[in-house]
Amino acid sequence: MVWYVGRRLLQMVPVFFGATLLIYAMVFLLPGDPIRALFGERPPPPGVLEQIRAEYNLDKPFIVQYLLYVKGILTLDFGTAFTGRPVVELMANAFPVTIRLALIALAVEAVFGIGFGLIAGLRRGGFFDATVLIVSLIVIAIPIFVIGFVAQFVIGLKLELLPATVGQEESWRQLLLPGIVLGATSFAYVLRLTRNSVADNLSADHVRTATAKGLSRPRVVSVHVLRNSLIPVVTFLGTDLGALMAGAIVTEGIFNVNGVGGTLYQAVIRGQGTTVVSFVTVLVMVYLLASLLVDLLYAVLDPRIRYA
Amino acid sequence: MPEPLQSKTPRRGQERYVAPPDETPLQATDSLDETAPPASLWGDAWRQLRTRPLFLISSALILLVITVAVAPGLFTDQGPRDCDLANTMQGPRAGHPLGFTQLGCDIYARVIYGARPSVLVGVLATLGTVLIGGTVGALAGFFGGRLDSLLSRVADIFFAIPLILGAIVLMQVSEGRTSLTVAMVLTVFGWPQVARIMRGAVLEVRQAEFITASRALGSSSMSTMLRHAIPNALSPVIVIATVSLGIYIATEATLSFLGIGLHPSIVSWGGDISAAQNQLRVAPQVLLYPAAALSLTVLSFIMLGDAVRDALDPKGRKR
Repeated sequence: MVWYVGRRLLQMVPVFFGATLLIYAMVFLLPGDPIRALFGERPPPPGVLEQIRAEYNLDKPFIVQYLLYVKGILTLDFGTAFTGRPVVELMANAFPVTIRLALIALAVEAVFGIGFGLIAGLRRGGFFDATVLIVSLIVIAIPIFVIGFVAQFVIGLKLELLPATVGQEESWRQLLLPGIVLGATSFAYVLRLTRNSVADNLSADHVRTATAKGLSRPRVVSVHVLRNSLIPVVTFLGTDLGALMAGAIVTEGIFNVNGVGGTLYQAVIRGQGTTVVSFVTVLVMVYLLASLLVDLLYAVLDPRIRYA
Repeated sequence: MPEPLQSKTPRRGQERYVAPPDETPLQATDSLDETAPPASLWGDAWRQLRTRPLFLISSALILLVITVAVAPGLFTDQGPRDCDLANTMQGPRAGHPLGFTQLGCDIYARVIYGARPSVLVGVLATLGTVLIGGTVGALAGFFGGRLDSLLSRVADIFFAIPLILGAIVLMQVSEGRTSLTVAMVLTVFGWPQVARIMRGAVLEVRQAEFITASRALGSSSMSTMLRHAIPNALSPVIVIATVSLGIYIATEATLSFLGIGLHPSIVSWGGDISAAQNQLRVAPQVLLYPAAALSLTVLSFIMLGDAVRDALDPKGRKR
């Protein structure tokens, strides 16, 4: 087990460096001068450009810049944004609210996706199954920003069931609607995955054996069908966490949330290189750790899988 | 008299009655129509697809969307830029079935003309990801070893960056925002998914006997891969390509919605939805029509992919 985790962590190292190098190169190596852009139309006073470049290491060769940046990350120093605020401070502001948003989305996906998927899979071919399959297809096909606007318009403004936008206090109640919207597409994927997986497992030999032994239906379903069916679902949920945080760019824009997505989007548009690179780095780390966690969960769900 | 052995312990297969050769002519029991076309995976799939409503509906919709994209002039004589501020946000009337946008443009004409850039992005991005991802996946899966580890790690690197995030950063620094640019950006971050699926399929096929046979007959590795491994590993790739085409169209619209997709001068569904968002409370129809066109297009590609997957999966066929 320890060996397995160690090996996986080692495998993550090149991926981590590759992904951060890729983003770093896209932000700093491609045409356009982020420092000059800071001054807009007016030319900056002489010497200032050089001074700022030196401050952000932009006067050094690219690979040295990148290595200095990595050195910073490893000591948890994400540098300073071009606005002068430390990036860590921006993160401390942005991440808590987005993590809560992602948690709501994950909870919606897990509870409703697995729940509906299980019922549909158990009654394959029935009315509920057919309805749920069609609805999930439609949810997948409608882009998230359209779902967001319609939900905001209908639930937030017309029916006034939930707050339509998120204010300064960022309460759970305000985050509920954007969280549901954020998780909507993945909810449909989880539902379909669970449904197919449950339907396949129902006809498996071990399930027939369990039924033949005289186990009650709820026990057969919960212990023998569901547990096995959850493996692909857990994989999806794990890899989805990173995508949720990135997908928050759209949802946070619609519902006016000051989270990772909003901060990141503003940083990209305004050419705030250091902020972009740091945020993406953290998101890549989240993705890598989540996929490691998923692999470890396999062993819990399926006792046949052992990590020696 | 001792009993016959097999009646005591009938072994597997022996309980069947086998007619003595002189009683039945061989052709009758063993008759095989040699002129019948061989059953192939694709032939079976096609025969199954033809009767599926899901397939028929989705392909009809896709044909319609493609026709609209190729020849928008067939569907409307209004230009998408024939706008008159006097018509701002007016409801439907004769000749203008869907009403007008805030700038007084005919919504129907804009929805019709918006199809081309979206479809173009979807088709080009799918071609790009299938070409790059397919090649990388096939090489990694077929040759294995160090090449596989190297290519898989490279794919992991691109996979670790979420599609929408990578696309935003790359779009921000790219010049000229045409359908081609957006398609290229989507290709850069979309190919690893195809590569993973192709690699898995080739790995499975590599064990098959016809691969060994091809090698034993003296074909080079390259021609074995091209002529035998790849064609037989193609079906999951085709499924994912069809579904992805829909997803890429949706991603393009998302990017245009965020203001960094297609250039605002290009008439597109994403751009129109983005422009309509501020009037959602007063005139929701301005947003809903392009959104419906977009969703219907994405839906038909996803449905087509689903139908093809069901038809190609022998397990599902028993149903």
